[in-house]
Amino acid sequence: MSILGTRVLRTEDPRFLTTGGVYTEDLTDEALDGACHVFFVRSPIAHARIGRVDLSAALAAPGVIAAFSGADLADLPAIEPMMAGMLNAKMTRRLLAIDKVRFVGDPVAVVVTEDPYQGEDAVELVDVDYDPLPAVVDFDDALSNETILFEDAGTNVVVEFGNAGSLKPELFDGCEVVVSHTFGNQRVAPAPMESRAAAAVWGEDGRLTTWIPNQGAQSARDDLAKMLDVEASQVRVITPDVGGAFGAKFGADPEHAVVAWVARQLGRPARWTETRFENLISMTHGRGQRHTIMIGGSRDGDVLGYRLEIIQDGGAYPRIGAVLPFLTIMMATGPYSIPNAEAIGTSVVTTTTPIGAYRGAGRPEATAALERALDLFAAEIGMDPADVRRRNLLPPFTEPHQTAFGALYDSGDYAAALDKALEAAGYADLRAEQASRRASGGTVQMGIGVSCYVEITGGGDESGAPQENATVEVHPDGTATILTGTSPHGQGHSTAWAMIASEELGIPVENFTVRWGDTDLIPVGGGTGGSRSLQQGGAAVQQASKELIELARERAAAALEASAADLQFDPGRSAFAVAGDPDASVRLADLAKDERLFVHSIFTAPGATFPFGTHVAVAEVDTETGKAVLRRVITVDDAGLVLNPLLAEGQRHGGIAQGAAQALLEEVVYDADGNPLTASFADYPIVSATELPSFELASMETPTSYNPLGVKGIGEAGTIGATPAVQSAIIDAVAHLGVRHVEMPTTPMRVWRALVEASAQGTDSESA
Amino acid sequence: MQVELTVNGEQRSDDVEPRLLLVHYLREVCGLRAANIGCDTTSCGACTVLLNGESVKSCTVLAAQATGQDVVTAEGLAAAGELHPVQAAFRAEHGLQCGFCTPGMVMAAVSLLRENPSPTEEQVREGLEGNLCRCTGYHNIIRAVLAASGQAEVTA
Ligand code: FES
Ligand code: FES
Repeated sequence: MSILGTRVLRTEDPRFLTTGGVYTEDLTDEALDGACHVFFVRSPIAHARIGRVDLSAALAAPGVIAAFSGADLADLPAIEPMMAGMLNAKMTRRLLAIDKVRFVGDPVAVVVTEDPYQGEDAVELVDVDYDPLPAVVDFDDALSNETILFEDAGTNVVVEFGNAGSLKPELFDGCEVVVSHTFGNQRVAPAPMESRAAAAVWGEDGRLTTWIPNQGAQSARDDLAKMLDVEASQVRVITPDVGGAFGAKFGADPEHAVVAWVARQLGRPARWTETRFENLISMTHGRGQRHTIMIGGSRDGDVLGYRLEIIQDGGAYPRIGAVLPFLTIMMATGPYSIPNAEAIGTSVVTTTTPIGAYRGAGRPEATAALERALDLFAAEIGMDPADVRRRNLLPPFTEPHQTAFGALYDSGDYAAALDKALEAAGYADLRAEQASRRASGGTVQMGIGVSCYVEITGGGDESGAPQENATVEVHPDGTATILTGTSPHGQGHSTAWAMIASEELGIPVENFTVRWGDTDLIPVGGGTGGSRSLQQGGAAVQQASKELIELARERAAAALEASAADLQFDPGRSAFAVAGDPDASVRLADLAKDERLFVHSIFTAPGATFPFGTHVAVAEVDTETGKAVLRRVITVDDAGLVLNPLLAEGQRHGGIAQGAAQALLEEVVYDADGNPLTASFADYPIVSATELPSFELASMETPTSYNPLGVKGIGEAGTIGATPAVQSAIIDAVAHLGVRHVEMPTTPMRVWRALVEASAQGTDSESA
Repeated sequence: MQVELTVNGEQRSDDVEPRLLLVHYLREVCGLRAANIGCDTTSCGACTVLLNGESVKSCTVLAAQATGQDVVTAEGLAAAGELHPVQAAFRAEHGLQCGFCTPGMVMAAVSLLRENPSPTEEQVREGLEGNLCRCTGYHNIIRAVLAASGQAEVTA
């Protein structure tokens, strides 16, 4: 029986459960003996010119070895925005700010201490003269260009994807109903439980070895080399266990480069672990878009036109966040057939923490805008939101479908996913219960949200081309090693990659060692992000394993003095045997005795894949307090064939929770002066166990032909489907009271205010 | 100052700074690094250990305060080579992904089940409210605790 598709328990777990993972802060590598400790001095002001930076008092503090300001690193190149060709290349950053600070948390200096507990006090002693400038927190303030963050750039606009002049006035001609609305897709914090960290040491050969929690050692190495102005071959990045990442640990950050620079400057190893406070103000945030939608169609429910206008907050320095509208636009019409659609986007800089990738990165925003638009349209024509969706979904297809926005959907059956989810939820019964609750007029009302999505995984984003490499080696003792260019941080690649190779080689899963995240061992790799790993990295492991069998077949033929064509490989025994003569056999492992038995292979996919599904959420809202409680989440997430249901479900659960959290409670907040108000877990309402129900997952597996495993990415489905479903359920709970929209997060205050406003409007129209 | 306490069954006596936190004592003096530090506001529970059988956030306790007491960390939970039933349930139910919250979460669960051997789902959620996990959405953690209490099927 095949091991593929079965619930194999994770081989990595016993270690995590007993001694715990070895995260960067846990490292006891002797190369790090005698390490000094780096502490960042961060701007307390959102936007200011930097005057004098006085390090003298800090230098005199106990245990302080050294202190440096931006001027000390001035000979290192300014960091250009990624994809500098596309983004405004004048919006550069220094490793430590020199002339200006542009967000609260912008690093201006470092203090280096002997002991890990001496730094926090010494940081307070660094005296920086700030000449404050107006903060730019709001989208409109940024667009007005009244205060400009980068004078050389002359504008706060980082990039435009299309422009308002290109919009077609006739887009909604012939529509009986047109609805428009502007709403936010708020900024949230990725908040992995492990903050950022680094450990760095330079060898006598002039090479840097650095340990960084990351999502791909190879891109972290390339980023570091650029920031430190050295050749990539001079840098070795090692990835310890990583305590969650969610997109925010891709590549290397300026802080990682500064730690390496300090280690070189002082000629001794250096370490850094950020506090949660630092993490919440200076690790990249996610989302941060504002949407203006217009949707039109017929009274009987055909959507004929859709327009999406996006403003993206890029934060203080353009990073991947500034590029996200590109993906949002690509996925603008989602799983629907909409004859006329257009989408444009503008990214701006603001004096806030830079925006990066966060689970879904650009696609949750597209789905949230579109699903909200469909709900508003359904409400306007008085039709059930599920019916409106079914009526407009693309028909099932198995040959790739080209969209107007340049996406090539590989395979899909969207209506089947919708129907399956509605059935699993008991949709008709839920609507009946809702009707009776409404009729009884109680204070706790119930709402149902439905969200259909299609998303893009394994595309050519930060991770590069849709390809990945793997090396599989069988050892004489019957064990095997897999080297992969992917980089797990909770996904369970050690188990999953071993399952794939085990299937081909007949070696038990527990006999595999899977290795990643050491650029000397594995110089090339795309890392883990954009839900790419299984469909490319897993496929590479399968391809390498199959090629290894063919390589071994030649050796077996020589050993058995038979023709290679007459040999059969029996995975049950992990041995080759001569057809018709089972006694003439040789074990795979024995073929590694005289000469190493390994294959390095590169798998290239024809393109990105497009998983899809439907989420249904059920929420209760107390109409007196505005408090919403999420009661149920039911999902169908079709990401092709499932390799290990245990792992796939875990990915769905985690994503659903983060997606629901965005709808319910999480938001990064700044005041008008750009001061962060959510800089600790006491203030940032990170979702806990009491705010979530258990999730109900229905399965659906439509294979893709883009890889031999038939798999698509599952890592981000949860955040893409759940956010709009949950938001919609909460609005739906009070829709009969006249509420059409509540901004995210749907806090009690916002729901209550929407109820008050709706009731005031209702009274107005009654009296009119 | 001198602290004398039992850590995972071993009697210890160490000279420490009076303001040293228990979590730093465990990690740096004892070399027990399973408990992690995930916040600076006693919000996350990644540092949870057992103090005289009850779960505490070890970032809120001074090493000095643990004098004369009995500390158990995730390292000390498993009897030689065997996972503790709560640890085994976390594995069986896939109650961990990146593992960062896990040692603290497991200790909180052990303590919860000691106080309430047959909790409802809601009681488990409430009992673990002070332990944050960013990876699992809590779903499988809750299942693991219920399974460890003998109340849930081992697989879905
Ligand atoms: S480290 Fe977060 S509660 Fe102790
Ligand atoms: S498993 Fe990653 S934080 Fe819980």
